[in-house]
Amino acid sequence: MFDIYMICEQGFRNVVENGEITGFQLKVRLPYYRGIGISMVEDLAVTVDANRFPRQALRITLHGNTYTLDEMEQEYEDRWEFGEEGIVTVQKPGGLTPGLHKIELEAVLRISYLPFLLTGGDHKVIELAG
Amino acid sequence: MVKNNQIKRGVSLYSYQEEFFLRKMTLEDCIAASAKMGALGIESIAEQMMPGFPNLSDAFYAQWQDWMAQYGTTPTCHDMFLDIKKFKGRLMTDTEMLESVVRDIKHASRLGCTVIRVIVNTPPEIMAKAAPYAEQYNVRLGLEIHAPFNFEHEWIQRHLEMYARVGSPYLGIIPDMGIFEKRFPRVRSNRYVRKGAHPHIVQYISEVFSRHEGFNNLLEDVKKMGANELDLAMANDIQHMTYVNPRRLLEYMPIIFHVHAKFYEMLDDYTEYSISYEEVIPVLIEGGYSGYLSSEYEGNRHIQDAFEVDSVEQVRRQQVMLSRLLGEA
Repeated sequence: MFDIYMICEQGFRNVVENGEITGFQLKVRLPYYRGIGISMVEDLAVTVDANRFPRQALRITLHGNTYTLDEMEQEYEDRWEFGEEGIVTVQKPGGLTPGLHKIELEAVLRISYLPFLLTGGDHKVIELAG
Repeated sequence: MVKNNQIKRGVSLYSYQEEFFLRKMTLEDCIAASAKMGALGIESIAEQMMPGFPNLSDAFYAQWQDWMAQYGTTPTCHDMFLDIKKFKGRLMTDTEMLESVVRDIKHASRLGCTVIRVIVNTPPEIMAKAAPYAEQYNVRLGLEIHAPFNFEHEWIQRHLEMYARVGSPYLGIIPDMGIFEKRFPRVRSNRYVRKGAHPHIVQYISEVFSRHEGFNNLLEDVKKMGANELDLAMANDIQHMTYVNPRRLLEYMPIIFHVHAKFYEMLDDYTEYSISYEEVIPVLIEGGYSGYLSSEYEGNRHIQDAFEVDSVEQVRRQQVMLSRLLGEA
């Protein structure tokens, strides 16, 4: 539905902590037509230049609250709002090289009236600021 | 033509989802745009455009009432969802389901809505248990009849049987006009072609759909034509689309609480490409329907890859068409 807008062009950058690059971040949106309770996000997968990162390497930040994907499954109050940009932080010591990267993103959502899991995806080549 | 009916026009804010998602329009902008085109009934989807739901503040509800007064609009319907699969590994209990529906009844009441669009996965026994709350808050519960479901579907029949048994005037239906799909939407078939489907196979499937004589051999036929994955996806799509004879609506008139005027593409001549509004609206008039026709634009997702979406213009055109079909001056 909104798959082509899942990966945001802005906000793709390395994360520096205590002077060291510990990973990278990108901003993402869900493809579904309403906001949903966070426990219904089954999975989010990030692939950069054909390398898919393990689920455990991801942290998702929504309006200031940060979760692992396992924690999200247990979160029954907070919501990922419609069109809301979440920040995905991927732990990767050294980060990514500045320049263009091919990003692939997949989201798997548990939508109660659908007899299957809803999967949405996007891919874009975007530039990591130097 | 003189207006010979009490049917009212409105918009489901679902129509503006593209612009809201991209933060080009706010909730207030959506209300204002609807009012400007004379569509004064406002249907809303809290989970789409009211961040923080179900924990909305008193200030939010006050703001909502101020907007309704300022723009001269009336809240019509709240679209609810029932997240039966909220908890991984188990379904909601009946108690949890009822709590969720009652939560939505209270929200609808605070907005000033008199109808709730009940999502189709809501079990009949939960609707029956919710009926006394619906009465208490004066909000009628309308189960959405949306393709691929139709009146004959066993699940819908279970609801209708329960309605007859319970006998509450607060239990009814909201037909989505997408059940009257006369032609395969062109915005959808064009998208298949853009993605790589064969134009002649897309054309063939569209023609088969338009005949409404069943699709039993379709998959085999298109495979013989050399169908690729996208052709097959489209052939699969039409199995989930319906064209019900609009006169079937006459059997359900007393329990039709609200109507979703679904559409995909309004043309320059103010007609809809695929849904036969020219047939449907006269039936609603004949049956004495007096609720709202709520515009529900759903074309954005089929064109956004190649074209600029203009939901407001699409809704405006549909409102012009509805106004004409209702015999307004």
